[in-house]
Amino acid sequence: MYAFFKILKMEARLSLRDVAPVVTAVVLPTVIMVVLGAVPALRRPDDVFGGQRFVDVFAPSLLVVTLVMAGLNGLTNALAGYRERGVLRRLSTTPVSPGALLAAQLLIHLALAACGAVLLVVVGRVLFGIPLPARPFVFALAFLLGAASLFAVGLLIAASAPTTGTANGLSSLLGALVMFLGGVYLPRYLLPDVLVRVGDLTPPGVRTLQDAWTGASPELLPLAIMAAVAAAAGIAAARFFRWE
Amino acid sequence: MPIIEVTNLRKRYGDRVAVRDVSFEVAEGEIFGLLGPNGAGKTTTVECVAGLRIPDSGAVSVLGFDPRRDAAELRQLVGVQLQESRLPDRIRVGEALDLYSSFYRRPADWTELLDELGLAEQRNTAYKKLSGGQRQRLSIALALVGSPRVAILDELTTGLDPQARRDTWQLIERVRERGVTIVLVTHFMEEAERLCDRLAVIDSGGVVAVDSPAGLVARVDPEQRLRFRPSVPLDDALLTGLAEVTSVRSSGGQTVVTGRGDLLQAVTSVLARHRIVAADLRIEQPSLDDAFVELTGHRLDR
Repeated sequence: MYAFFKILKMEARLSLRDVAPVVTAVVLPTVIMVVLGAVPALRRPDDVFGGQRFVDVFAPSLLVVTLVMAGLNGLTNALAGYRERGVLRRLSTTPVSPGALLAAQLLIHLALAACGAVLLVVVGRVLFGIPLPARPFVFALAFLLGAASLFAVGLLIAASAPTTGTANGLSSLLGALVMFLGGVYLPRYLLPDVLVRVGDLTPPGVRTLQDAWTGASPELLPLAIMAAVAAAAGIAAARFFRWE
Repeated sequence: MPIIEVTNLRKRYGDRVAVRDVSFEVAEGEIFGLLGPNGAGKTTTVECVAGLRIPDSGAVSVLGFDPRRDAAELRQLVGVQLQESRLPDRIRVGEALDLYSSFYRRPADWTELLDELGLAEQRNTAYKKLSGGQRQRLSIALALVGSPRVAILDELTTGLDPQARRDTWQLIERVRERGVTIVLVTHFMEEAERLCDRLAVIDSGGVVAVDSPAGLVARVDPEQRLRFRPSVPLDDALLTGLAEVTSVRSSGGQTVVTGRGDLLQAVTSVLARHRIVAADLRIEQPSLDDAFVELTGHRLDR
């Protein structure tokens, strides 16, 4: 356990030394919100946005950005890089399992995603008066399950991609798809109904995040899907993970 | 009492047989070398010894443990320096040693290791900024930080400049003086000759010979070769008549005489009698290189 905490501490310190991934996962979504919120038309309720303001409608999509940056891009690149550099193989010659490094990376990226979410919620409340999540417990659960599902997929990519290049390519591609369905590129009210529904039911479950935030009662099906994806991809990743 | 015993080790990857049949023993406190060309199966062999790979057949015993069954125990006792294994770019030398020392039951004092390996000034330097030689020394330090009884060092000096290579050799000798048994994988003849007490010559997945470097050389036909430029054209017949001489070849003003026994004395006295001066005189005796060619039928750097 002592060795694990040493690894966790070291990895946390190392990831803070590499500024770019931390900034994209934690700060970028909030910056996007602030920039868009600076446009007056996006701060006024409008029928186009279902009687709400654009910043209200778009905020859950920015959570998706945080989750993709931390879980798909950050985690996958870090682990694939460690494998390619032989860091995991080096560790497997010591009494500590490389699994400890993997667990530490998971926790760190989860913490980054959580920081990104908290920052977004707080800045949204302070600058734009977006109400705090109406169902904080459900919101936290939806966020955790959404994160778990994306992180597990990220692990699976890191586990099975032959090189860092392939892992980065795959995770970027998938990340772009997830963000598209999450309404990041085109707000969800502009997407066809089918794609909106696909976005509801695929990781990280943007609709559930939105419902928990605004206080609508969330569907159970997406939560169950996120849990199932997390379990399936997680088990597959554990099964296929190569240390070298 | 051998500290490492490898018996009829065999390992294949798919269709390719990496290790066909390898057996050797390593005694406590020695520097044992595995010498052979790239792809001969050296790395796979030590990976099986370190418990990183599971052999298809054959037996491995390290300090009385089976690397397959007692992997956890052996990782406490065996330090490994892997080929082509790097650290994260931003980790500092001191941080890496502090971290790795926390993995072991009885870690060495890593600040002492830093001094001993000449890395004291780099304590706060990021891995990315280290030179090749410094990285290699850090890698050795990490292999030693758990106070291992056996250190496995794979292609330790590949990619280092000659000075860094010699420094590393001195370092390995100091490590041995601490009582650590060392298994050294190398494809450098000079390194094997300089460092190893005994070595196994490995070729195409099998052991060709196990002996001390001098012992391997002694197995070769002890033929000597004498090269020189005679001051006047030389009649080969002057030399072919000598009992010590087996052959004489002259071309382009250079004469090469092969033979055995006191070849130098015999040839130079004939030359002196005929008032011929031998310029650029050189004598070549069998080396580990020749022994390798003799044993495997090809050069090491083919």
